[in-house]
Amino acid sequence: MPTPDSSSRAAVAHLLRRTGFGPTAAEVDAAAARGFSATVDALLDFSGPDPADATALPSFSSDLPAGARNLPAAQRQAIAARRRDETGRLITWWLQRMATTVHPLREKLTWFWHGHFATAISKVQRAGFMATQNQIFRSQGAGNFEALTQAVAKDPAMLLWLDAATNVASHPNENFARELMELFTLGIGAYSEQDVKEAARCFTGWRFRPTTNQFTLVGRLHDAGIKTVLGQTGPWGGEDVIHIVTNSPASAPFVVAKLWSHFAYPVAPGDPVVAELAPAFAAGHDVGALVRSMLLHPEFVSDQARNGLVKQPVEWAVGLGRALGLAPGDPRLVAVLRALAQVPFDPPNVAGWPQNHYWLNTASTLLRLRAAAGMAAQADLSALQSVPAAARVDAAAALLSVAAWSDPTRAALGQVAADPRGLLALASVSPEYTLA
Amino acid sequence: MPSPLSRRQFLAGAVGAGAAGAGALTWAVANANPPAHRAAPAGRAAGTSLTHGSGTLVLITLYGGNDGLNTVIPYHDPAYLAGRGALGYQPGEVLSLNADLALHPNLSGLKSLWDAKQLAVVLGVGYPNPNRSHFRSMDIWQSGVPDRAETTGWVGRWLDNAGQDPLLALSLGSTLPRLAIGAQRSAGAVPGGNLMLPGGARLTSVFDALERPFAGEAALAAAAAQSGQDLLTVSRTVGHVLASQPDTSVGASNLEPAGTSPTTTTPGAAGSPSARPSGGGRASTLGAQLDVVARLIKGGASTRLYSLSLGGFDTHAAEKDGHARLMGELGSGIAAFLQSLASDPAGDRVVVMTYSEFGRRVAANASGGTDHGTAAPVFITGAAVKGGFYGEQPSLTDLDGGDLKFTTDFRSVYATMLDRVLGVDPASVLGGKFADLALV
Repeated sequence: MPTPDSSSRAAVAHLLRRTGFGPTAAEVDAAAARGFSATVDALLDFSGPDPADATALPSFSSDLPAGARNLPAAQRQAIAARRRDETGRLITWWLQRMATTVHPLREKLTWFWHGHFATAISKVQRAGFMATQNQIFRSQGAGNFEALTQAVAKDPAMLLWLDAATNVASHPNENFARELMELFTLGIGAYSEQDVKEAARCFTGWRFRPTTNQFTLVGRLHDAGIKTVLGQTGPWGGEDVIHIVTNSPASAPFVVAKLWSHFAYPVAPGDPVVAELAPAFAAGHDVGALVRSMLLHPEFVSDQARNGLVKQPVEWAVGLGRALGLAPGDPRLVAVLRALAQVPFDPPNVAGWPQNHYWLNTASTLLRLRAAAGMAAQADLSALQSVPAAARVDAAAALLSVAAWSDPTRAALGQVAADPRGLLALASVSPEYTLA
Repeated sequence: MPSPLSRRQFLAGAVGAGAAGAGALTWAVANANPPAHRAAPAGRAAGTSLTHGSGTLVLITLYGGNDGLNTVIPYHDPAYLAGRGALGYQPGEVLSLNADLALHPNLSGLKSLWDAKQLAVVLGVGYPNPNRSHFRSMDIWQSGVPDRAETTGWVGRWLDNAGQDPLLALSLGSTLPRLAIGAQRSAGAVPGGNLMLPGGARLTSVFDALERPFAGEAALAAAAAQSGQDLLTVSRTVGHVLASQPDTSVGASNLEPAGTSPTTTTPGAAGSPSARPSGGGRASTLGAQLDVVARLIKGGASTRLYSLSLGGFDTHAAEKDGHARLMGELGSGIAAFLQSLASDPAGDRVVVMTYSEFGRRVAANASGGTDHGTAAPVFITGAAVKGGFYGEQPSLTDLDGGDLKFTTDFRSVYATMLDRVLGVDPASVLGGKFADLALV
């Protein structure tokens, strides 16, 4: 059971902030009336229609004639332009889902797995493949972790991203095998260089058919010999490696720590809260059950948790857009995110986006302020305008689902209460709203 | 000795601001009066010496693992020619430095600096028990700590002990690399474009009041507020130098970017999973970053260290063309940068250093590329640098698991930069004593 503390409206608002993309004041009211535990249940119930589904996934060209390098320049430029266009529509589609879904935790888990199995369109190139991977995160993101890892590993986006094409028996490419262990399942130190080399052999010959985009094992490129991975010896294939690593004792603490770090506050796999949560996860690999245990853990509503995360730009911008009532499918949001250095489908590298201090520096503060001023300028603030100036600072807190302003923030914002747009822009870069 | 403008002098020069554009305040307006107190330009020639510890370090991180053997090429070594095959360069193609080593054909900019005896090539730089993960190896390089996890960066630890000035170290790009993050302090970040804040003088003063850390505040909230204060300092102090830069970020009055930001899109290699700056966000081109640094240096900024980045070096496949482009961008960028500072007295104090998280293996792979390796050369160049080779070229036949054995500890390079360029006790940052390379 959560502590009594979790019954407060502030605790429920914290829960909604961490499990979604910026709750509205009305959503916080409804959840507070329902109670903390019942809200957790509701968040994890992904059944029922989702208005976000009303926005259809854009269609993508199947793309890229063979030998594209040799195409005339005009044709290559046309392909590049089409890809940019498709990528932009895909990004907007996802941002729109984040803003409109009634199952925010499903979308938040999709976002989490995108950062975990971080794959970037800059190399994959095809928006359609990124969309397919995204749907895997969405449909299996609260399911079985081993099954999720298997599905992601065999999907074209990951096969392209980590060089399956050059992983052949005669010359194994270690890229996927290394990141599988280092970043996806175990963490550095829980495997040896030799494990990487052996695992790479197991994944040789992994391909997808260009006609169907379905996974296939090309026997003549596959090393069918005996390998030893994490001490287990056999004629392993790639699926066996994923089974071995996800069932290794180091895996559950690694994955639990990663999830806790993104929903509560950053921890290492050796943290006591991880030790509490890891055994159940190790037994069943059930992500949904783990997330439920995390959200109901007393530590989740602790001061450390409430002050433990900085909003990532996507969370900040989508949440601000919702608070300000901006059109959720506005493609200009992509430009905002590009300026803030976090574009969905384009993480900086396979390690995904770093956390917290990574988003706090002079440049990011300036860029957030500019974006906030731009977004506030677009917003219909008549509701805020209709509130007497003396009450607007509190109204801004409610609008942004900030639990409470500190005294210095309250005093500062009070100086611009007469100017609702300025008030909102500055409130959006307050230390309180900067935190998640 | 010419001294850089202090922050106070800078602030005195930047006069009150008026509204500009659609309600936007120009936080720092053009400094109408060039600093008058500067000494006359010093005579400038190869071998200009640097007053100990008075330099400006321009640190360029090459993300992805630059192929050291195709950068400083052992062009007569049979093991090189055999291991590299078609990826290798023949003696007739390279820019020879001596009978054994040569620069990549596209590094003619650096070759000129070598000929002027202003390019130091530190050979075989690495650390014990090399790690072939990009992230871990870059963490090691950027933290300066090879044997345990360390969250602060080596520059950050210097900043922790160096007072409150966010101008002391500046990083180009909208996110900071780990090297620039300390336990309490971090480098300022300059996003590219100008530093104008939206909203007019009134909102500016409220922003100032809003972003003040206070006692008892949660650590991350205080850090957020401190970033705001640091932004005000950076913008007020050097904003006027960058005022004419195009605004490459989001405009103040609408959601659209006011300009187009040139992002690093090195063809072929830029999309590599590990090749892009993990701490640099999407930086602008190296040339654009160097241009900003040149403006700041000429403008008299008190900044002692600039952090820049170039990505795309993770050349697992089809390496030759992509790597050659990067070499050209690096060599001509640095040469043009130093040339642009040649007539500026502050230019004599500038030292440029390049490094990457590791080199690449001796043998090419089956994809026309090379896989993650170990030791690699470091370039250090500038008017005050004593050109030549430092350290020892690793053997290409006495290998450790197919990889070069390092001959120079990377902390020796840092120690030399800290002591001779920045005037900082290296032990206070590196936690130990490392050999001095005496190259500045």
